Amino acid sequence: MIATPQNGSGTIETQEICRHYTLGAAVIRAVDGITLSVKAGEFVALLGSSGSGKSSLLNLIAGLDRPTSGSATVDGHRLAELSSEELARYRRESVGIVFQAFNLVPSMTVAENVELPLRLAETDRGERSERVRRALDQVGLGERLAHRPSELSGGEQQRVALARALVNSPRILLADEPTGNLDSRTGVEIMKLIGDCNQRGMTVLLVTHERPLAEAYATRLLFLADGKMVAEQPNTPNRAESGAGA
Amino acid sequence: MKAPDLLELAVRNLRESVLRNSLTTLGIGVGVASLVAMVSLGIGLQQNTTRRLERSGLFDTVMVTRADAGGFGPRRRNASTAENQRVLDDNARRDFAALPGVLEAVPDIRTVAQIRYGDKPHRAMVAAVPMSAHDREAFENLQGSFFSSGSAGEAILQKSFAEELLNLSPEPADESEAGKPSPELQPLLGKELVMSYAARLSAPKAGSAQIASGASHSPATSQEASAPANSTDAELNPLLAAFSVAPETRTLRIVGILTADPDAVRGVGRARVFVPQDFAEGLQLMLPSDLGSDAAAGERTYLEISVRLRHPEDVPRVEESIRRMGFNAFSILDASRSVQTAFRIFDIFLAVFGSLALAVASLGIVNTLVMAILERRREIGILKALGASDMDVKLLFFVEAGAMGVVGGVLGVAMGWTIGKIINIGVNFYLHRQNVPPQTLWLVPWWLVFLAVGFSIFVSFVSGLYPAARAAKLDPVRALRYE
Ligand SMILES: Nc1ncnc2c1ncn2[C@@H]1O[C@H](COP(=O)(O)OP(=O)(O)O)[C@@H](O)[C@H]1O
Ligand SMILES: [Mg+2]
Repeated sequence: MIATPQNGSGTIETQEICRHYTLGAAVIRAVDGITLSVKAGEFVALLGSSGSGKSSLLNLIAGLDRPTSGSATVDGHRLAELSSEELARYRRESVGIVFQAFNLVPSMTVAENVELPLRLAETDRGERSERVRRALDQVGLGERLAHRPSELSGGEQQRVALARALVNSPRILLADEPTGNLDSRTGVEIMKLIGDCNQRGMTVLLVTHERPLAEAYATRLLFLADGKMVAEQPNTPNRAESGAGA
Repeated sequence: MKAPDLLELAVRNLRESVLRNSLTTLGIGVGVASLVAMVSLGIGLQQNTTRRLERSGLFDTVMVTRADAGGFGPRRRNASTAENQRVLDDNARRDFAALPGVLEAVPDIRTVAQIRYGDKPHRAMVAAVPMSAHDREAFENLQGSFFSSGSAGEAILQKSFAEELLNLSPEPADESEAGKPSPELQPLLGKELVMSYAARLSAPKAGSAQIASGASHSPATSQEASAPANSTDAELNPLLAAFSVAPETRTLRIVGILTADPDAVRGVGRARVFVPQDFAEGLQLMLPSDLGSDAAAGERTYLEISVRLRHPEDVPRVEESIRRMGFNAFSILDASRSVQTAFRIFDIFLAVFGSLALAVASLGIVNTLVMAILERRREIGILKALGASDMDVKLLFFVEAGAMGVVGGVLGVAMGWTIGKIINIGVNFYLHRQNVPPQTLWLVPWWLVFLAVGFSIFVSFVSGLYPAARAAKLDPVRALRYE
């Protein structure tokens, strides 16, 4: 890939980005002309009710989907210009993604799940186990390497998913309702881990509909409704406060 | 993704649905097995037949006669023009032997002789056999042994002649007895025969005295210079001048008795006593060709020379060279060629039927992999979200299909080999009860093993084409949509 000066910048920018779904005659404007800019090291929360287009926007930024119009420039890559091969490479090198549904491979052990991105990135075999262990240590699961996802609690599964997103050391973490399937206490644990990532310098884009969680960790809040950005406000995170409530 | 990782992931995916993938693989195995069994049966039958044809000596031999002789082959209109006409003598023989690809050129030496066993005289056609005939099919079931050397004074008898010598009534032709040594004839082996024959003695130089005068039944005359008294003399004179004929006797030791008839194609002229070629040539037997007009030149001439080749493929070339030398040449290769063509068609027929089973099995692969895509939708979505390219996903499915192909292919070859072995054993069990010597009806050459496994992998890859493309196109957003 062409190394641009911005390569690995950790920034996210979108220009009038749109994602329309055509269902027969009807056109669903899931994302409808959003322009945003996230600086390196920021923790931005995307808030909005269900169906407001949060996931659709995140998928565009993650390079899992292509916009109907507009463009996104993430970590120095103009995504619209990348081939599908280059986009795959962008996904494994520049961003880490965490989903609401954990999305672990059930037939693989914890260690194998975390190793997957290293396999895809063709990392040397000798290096892999050490990196898997370090990523799992970061999320406090260094002792559960040989377990299957089904043997873990929801919170633990999401921590494995987070370790998997971090193992390739991307500059950007994209999280789509990572706490949506968890009770509030384990949700807070996950948010703390994501907050730690941000503290170490990662850019975080968090999709959530739980405003208190966003306010506890994010440095900026963006509000979506019907595919459009309706409000934007800076926020001073108060991590301690959220620990009790939420 | 690197190859070892692809393989590892593919194998673990295959192990995830062990039963389904095993059944699919077994299906491929059965397909390959039927292909291998069919083709190897074809090959076995073909080799069996071809080997018999080759050993019959009919397909690597060119028979040469004088251009103006009748007999085999197309007669060429201008074949007997004077300059084109050559004599079938030892010079010609040397010329044939010198042609590339020729193993030996053997003149046909045969004559009727009196054979004395004990005190009873018998008449029999005696023919010379080259040592190279040892591996011929006709000498396969020899009771006793083949000649110890080319110049040995040894004889191999036709079974019926052996029976005649012992005053046995000829056994009725019993198929099941063919090729079995006969205990009644055993005492003949090692016994001696006395052969009396007409020998052709070279004449002395012009004007000198006739040596074997007592032996010749015509009075010796001088050269053509002396005018013949009548027309008969005019024809005979040059011959008589060239050589004389004397009765000779030789002792032969019986070494073998033949059940098969190597001379069967000759019909009435077939020999009942066989002697080694070099020995026969040393006897200076009087041959029918000695009465031809060319014999006047004094050189030995032959009615026929058999030119044996190293490879049957060379037959047309050698045949053509010999024709160009001014002889009649004939071979049965054309017959062999049509046999080969028939077998090739038979092989294709068998292969098509065998492949049909494999084609059905390949549908099994398509089905299994398409099912796997449906089942593994989410997993494929995860891989893509984590940065797997379309090619990675495609290759993963390819490797899975290929792995089933490799295992199915190896399994199939093993099964096909076993099936063939069982057919072989079964057939030979039957043949044994029919008193027929064992046959290899079925043969799996190494090339077929590799071809079958390769074909199996190829079919698997082709079968994996559609599922792989479909998996690669899977939209990760849809696959991962949380419901
Ligand atoms: N593949 C799709 N086809 C049609 N409509 C879709 C598709 N994906 C999402 N949508 C629609 O787009 C809108 C936004 O969806 P989504 O981005 O998932 O919202 P959120 O994540 O904020 O809940 C919804 O109305 C949803 O029904
Ligand atoms: Mg959503």
